[in-house]
Amino acid sequence: MNQNKHGLIPPKFRPVINRELCRRCKRCILSCGFEALTFENGVIGIAGECVACHRCITMCPEGAITIQKQPLDYRDNEYWTVEIREELYRQSESGGVILASMGNDKSFKSYFDHMVLDACQVTNPSIDPLREPMELRTYLGRKPEKVTVEKDKQGKFQLKGKMPANLLLETPIIFGGMSYGSVSLNTHKALAMAAKNCGILMNTGEGGLHKDLYPYTDHIIVQCASGRFGVSEEYLKRAAMIEIKIGQGAKPGIGGHLPGEKVTAPISETRMIPIGTDALSPAPHHDIYSIEDLRQLIYSLKEATEYKKPVCVKISAVHNVAAIASGVARAGADVICVDGFRGGTGATPKMVRDHVGIPIELAIAAVDDRLREENIRHQVSLIASGGIRTSADMIKAIGLGADAVAICTAALVALGCHICQQCHTGNCSWGIATQRPELERRLDPEWGGQQLTRLIQAWSYELKEVLGLLGVNAVESFRGSRERLRGIGLSELELDILGIKHAGR
Amino acid sequence: MVNHNYQHESSGCGLVGIISTTGKKMSGEQVLRAVAVLHERGNGLGGGFAAYGIYPKYRDFFAFHLLMDTAESKTAVEAYLQEHFIVEHGEAIPTRNPSERYPQYSSGRNLEEILPEITPPAIWRYFCKPKRPEYSTDGLTDEDYVVQGVMHINENIDGAFVISSGRNMGVFKGVGYPEDLGHFFKLEEYEAYTWTGHARFPTNSQGWWGGAHPFTLLDWAVIHNGEISSYGINKRYLEMYGYKCTLMTDTEVVTYMLDLLIRKHGLPTEVALRAVAAPFWKDVDRMSEEERKLNEALRMVYGSALLNGPFAIIFTHSRGMVGLNDRIKLRPLVAACKGDMVYMSSEECGIREICPNPKRVWNPRAGHPVIARLEDGVK
Repeated sequence: MNQNKHGLIPPKFRPVINRELCRRCKRCILSCGFEALTFENGVIGIAGECVACHRCITMCPEGAITIQKQPLDYRDNEYWTVEIREELYRQSESGGVILASMGNDKSFKSYFDHMVLDACQVTNPSIDPLREPMELRTYLGRKPEKVTVEKDKQGKFQLKGKMPANLLLETPIIFGGMSYGSVSLNTHKALAMAAKNCGILMNTGEGGLHKDLYPYTDHIIVQCASGRFGVSEEYLKRAAMIEIKIGQGAKPGIGGHLPGEKVTAPISETRMIPIGTDALSPAPHHDIYSIEDLRQLIYSLKEATEYKKPVCVKISAVHNVAAIASGVARAGADVICVDGFRGGTGATPKMVRDHVGIPIELAIAAVDDRLREENIRHQVSLIASGGIRTSADMIKAIGLGADAVAICTAALVALGCHICQQCHTGNCSWGIATQRPELERRLDPEWGGQQLTRLIQAWSYELKEVLGLLGVNAVESFRGSRERLRGIGLSELELDILGIKHAGR
Repeated sequence: MVNHNYQHESSGCGLVGIISTTGKKMSGEQVLRAVAVLHERGNGLGGGFAAYGIYPKYRDFFAFHLLMDTAESKTAVEAYLQEHFIVEHGEAIPTRNPSERYPQYSSGRNLEEILPEITPPAIWRYFCKPKRPEYSTDGLTDEDYVVQGVMHINENIDGAFVISSGRNMGVFKGVGYPEDLGHFFKLEEYEAYTWTGHARFPTNSQGWWGGAHPFTLLDWAVIHNGEISSYGINKRYLEMYGYKCTLMTDTEVVTYMLDLLIRKHGLPTEVALRAVAAPFWKDVDRMSEEERKLNEALRMVYGSALLNGPFAIIFTHSRGMVGLNDRIKLRPLVAACKGDMVYMSSEECGIREICPNPKRVWNPRAGHPVIARLEDGVK
């Protein structure tokens, strides 16, 4: 059968060049990581290659490019959607699982979009954050149930004993785990710089820590995942916190795969694997087959770091997440990161991404409730991640009970990502999700660091505004205060799980 | 399942507190006169008083003051008390005959005019001791046991409500202007070394007698002007420790929070106050190392106990009285002293009414408590 190189799958997008405006400078051609533009007596857009990443239109000095959906009408069918039909074409050609990236993009209900916030009127004046102090400082780590004091020689009260290791965040946001390998070194550098500027943390993901990031030790969370890439004594020393990754929202229950072609020399060194070999993270940790094994790993890491660093355990939001979190807290974790099903990834089977796991809003509410019922909430800090898009999502997650949120996709968007969902191809034109040197160097880490710093600053301002209109001047007075949230268009059961009332009540 | 279905109300209010640090007793007349001056701060939907030292004869017994709506609730309460406590004495709290002349400091209306609007429930007091073996194995103190009893009655007995449960103290409160209620309760006949009075201006009350201030637990009594904007999380935090916020008003969380921090967690009063009205980080960062460590630890551990939003509170216990403002002083609070007397009020005029020439009058700083204690040796 005669087919074009895309087989049965019709082209999706086409760059359209306005010939009158085009100066033929070819910047667009150089910009495209997907070879969707070529030059023959002028620039030509190639349908089928374009992924709508918008790098070319951003770089075009003349505004001569538009990206259009390739018009293609299918016979209407609400059941056999176009997406399903194209997936079937693709699978019948490849015989394999369909790879995808970023997070679940299906039209599941977003609970964030069905919650609204309270505001002060009359009896409790709202507070102007530009005139009054507004405190966002947040500590991640285990807290004792109560404080004990004693009198010193002068008769003044002082703290008796020592507090467990905690990490100070100037604002309740961290950059979530994205491995060096899935993203470029410059992306990591930008994240680390911004974390330092903002007094927050960045998570290395499972790909180890490049030496260039050593100066950012106080702002680094290193991950210890099932592949154990890059885990060494030095690695643990170079971090403020250690995270054991059990699960990830984009691919709960499965491991990871960084193809050998992405394992370049610096990645090989950082991950401690040979150049060009596939970096496979097993689905389970091969030394964790139950909760008591997790406990051993938590305490091994604590022993190795002399109990000076909190240990976080990251789990995917799945059906029984509340009970799992309770077990993890009892196993000795100081911080639990719950990753919802909208969470992103550099590569995952599309079927898993789109059909496994539960929304972070429900998960965080259930976990917070459960830990409170068991009176162990103080033993762990809760990080909500997986689909936090805006400061509003962050604020609602905190209202439901999260101590802080982790953002990944939102951070990448600040670096230029247009969510074209092609991370798994390694061709990222923005220099983010790629290891191709000519693409990677496009991302200026200084500029990226500034972009991210401003993003965190903007969200922090917005959080302060909201705290002010809620009439409180410290984020902990809103954290878990579900009384300040109301649901709109939610069933009684959904409201019950979220622990909020419906608007009007 | 967790019950998330709660609603709470808020109010603006007038406050008065008087203490003799030498334990000198005074009748209720002073506090009545002071609170009458604050008339404009109430709207007739609630007033109340706490008095310490009023039951010397029963000083070793927990004095349960109860509001009971029906004969059934009274029967149920008495059955419960008889089963779990040794009830030394029980009686109706004496109230004034409505036809009696009203004193000048009342709202100017005769009790006969007022009472039909405010229909009092049965108001009784019972002097009790926990009924439990000398060497009990339940790990509870007598205080814990009483708290359990109070929580049980408030939650499970329909129409019954414990308004105070401390030793040698009592709370008198209800719907109406406080000066009228004081008259109704014959407060001039009680002798106490500490008095607080409260005029209430609720924003959404159905006029329930139990909803008036003070709110109490054991010998803690809190009167409050303001709204606890952090109510939602304060309540959830307290629930972890078995406190049940049944009154749907934010003042209740203040009372329970202080009970938790001071009695259960054993924090000294001034340290507990630093947890509920924490200094700002910008100030903590400038403290000496030791002080910074303590304040940081308090904030880390008791972030959910931080009382946020506008408030002025006066809380009292057997050994003293404390006035406290929120961290940015969004509600008025004035303090004054003269001799062994310490006064606190939402308005200076409340103090001047009963102490025209105090030695010192000042506006306490935001978040900085005023602490008055009975002198050592005073019983």
